[in-house]
Amino acid sequence: MRHVWSIMRGRGRIAIALAPFLAFLVAFLFWPATSIVIESVLDRQRAFTLANLIQLGQPFIVASFVYTIQLSAVTAVGGGILGMLLAYATVSDALPPALRDAMTTFCGVASNFAGVPLAFAFIATLGQLGVVTQWLRSLGIVIYPNFSLYGFWGLCLTYLYFQIPLMTLVMAPAIAGLRREWREAATSLGANTATYWWRVALPILMPSILATTALLFGNAFGAHATAFALTGGGSQTSVVTILIGAQISSDALANPGLGNALALGMIVVMTLAIGASSALSAVAARWTR
Amino acid sequence: MRRGFWAWLWILAGALYFVVPLAATLQFSLQARRGELSLLAYQNVLASPAFTASFIFSLQTALITIAASTLLLIPTAYVIHVAAPRLRTVVDVIVVLPFVIPPVVLVFGLARTYVRTPLTDSHLGLHVLLVAGYIVLSLPYMYRAIDTGMRAIAIRQLAEAAQSLGADSWLIMTRIIMPNIVPSLISGGFITFAIVMGEFTIAALLAQPAFGPYMSLLASSKVYEPSALTVISLLLTWGSIVIIQLLGRRAGGVGRTGGA
Repeated sequence: MRHVWSIMRGRGRIAIALAPFLAFLVAFLFWPATSIVIESVLDRQRAFTLANLIQLGQPFIVASFVYTIQLSAVTAVGGGILGMLLAYATVSDALPPALRDAMTTFCGVASNFAGVPLAFAFIATLGQLGVVTQWLRSLGIVIYPNFSLYGFWGLCLTYLYFQIPLMTLVMAPAIAGLRREWREAATSLGANTATYWWRVALPILMPSILATTALLFGNAFGAHATAFALTGGGSQTSVVTILIGAQISSDALANPGLGNALALGMIVVMTLAIGASSALSAVAARWTR
Repeated sequence: MRRGFWAWLWILAGALYFVVPLAATLQFSLQARRGELSLLAYQNVLASPAFTASFIFSLQTALITIAASTLLLIPTAYVIHVAAPRLRTVVDVIVVLPFVIPPVVLVFGLARTYVRTPLTDSHLGLHVLLVAGYIVLSLPYMYRAIDTGMRAIAIRQLAEAAQSLGADSWLIMTRIIMPNIVPSLISGGFITFAIVMGEFTIAALLAQPAFGPYMSLLASSKVYEPSALTVISLLLTWGSIVIIQLLGRRAGGVGRTGGA
């Protein structure tokens, strides 16, 4: 009996210690997230409806999702490839260790460099009055209006600033984890460097590469501040996060269901991206010990 | 030579892409006076009362967030480590959920859930929502920092040893656990600080007078001052991240991944 009591007391204590954290999560994460899902299939009279989800088929919303998916895909694949090359460089023992350490630290910093300051940095560089824009003009190369920092490729170029370092940060340890014996075995069987990378190293790294690329996709898809600061919530096709943000500000006049449906669409895409990423990481974990 | 060639090439190409925007921002911020380099843009920014107000607001918010998040997470992490290791997998999944829910969706959910309640109808309420949002944003980093810290000191054995010598939970917490995980708390605190000081989305959509929205607003009326602000905010946030990395190298801290 006494034994049972002590267990009960232990359980009770655990529950009491975990209660504040649990209450916080329910109030500020679970409930808001769940209510987005529920509200997106309710109308104003709180009856079940598919009208909100059907509204996602409006041309400007479809265009926005396509635009954001393209932006995320281009910067995930581009950032993935360039980040891999940089990761290869940072673990190469041909470089001085101090430089490699500095690169790693820089990547940790730059992968967080999203938002308003990043947008400002690119405006100062490649905006209409930007330093590089002016310098190119002095050389007789006029990049505007063919290129615009506020258009698709401008956004891509800006997003790459945090996408590339994120890829490098995750992949450098994976590349460093390739075993020397694998390379020696390949070499002794007559493989040159290119063959080794193409036939041995890349296939081994592929699950981690794909996992991190999916992470990059989600990272770009959820980005709001950078795009907002660059386009100012502009009139042309904008990213989905900006549409959702606009729904908050225009709460009263717009139909509330649409915002919920948009947010639900975003959660679905993010869950797919992050889910794919963690499934692939599990595959990748087989190779690392 | 041949092997080093490719590594150097990629490093240099990378350096070019990463350094040019920073150099351009710095140069742009010094161009406020036509024809010469000056610190005029910085003087204008620092002399502006709106800058000071938004900066102090974000600083306070960051400190409140760090304190609240610490109070919330230390008992949780302690219980998971010492009494309920079976809950570890659940909590590990929960703390990465903020990666799946982007800030804009989080703030949308918060604003909608608490519409027409004191949380959205008053200044204090909105500030509470803001801090709650920031605790969620920093949850993965803060929890990982505390978790790593507790793992590093074999907390279960320490707690059992203290208990066998007659210490109660309070004594264990304040005299054994806290002093031992201070380095992890500092590391998590700096990450949270960096997140809060640069955050735009949640603050702007809750109409809070924070540093991020102030920067964005300034861009619509000024040309050179935003660059000066960018340099200032970079020094701040990058400074704190570099400190974490240096701490981390010494004491198993955490790195941050994922942008906003």
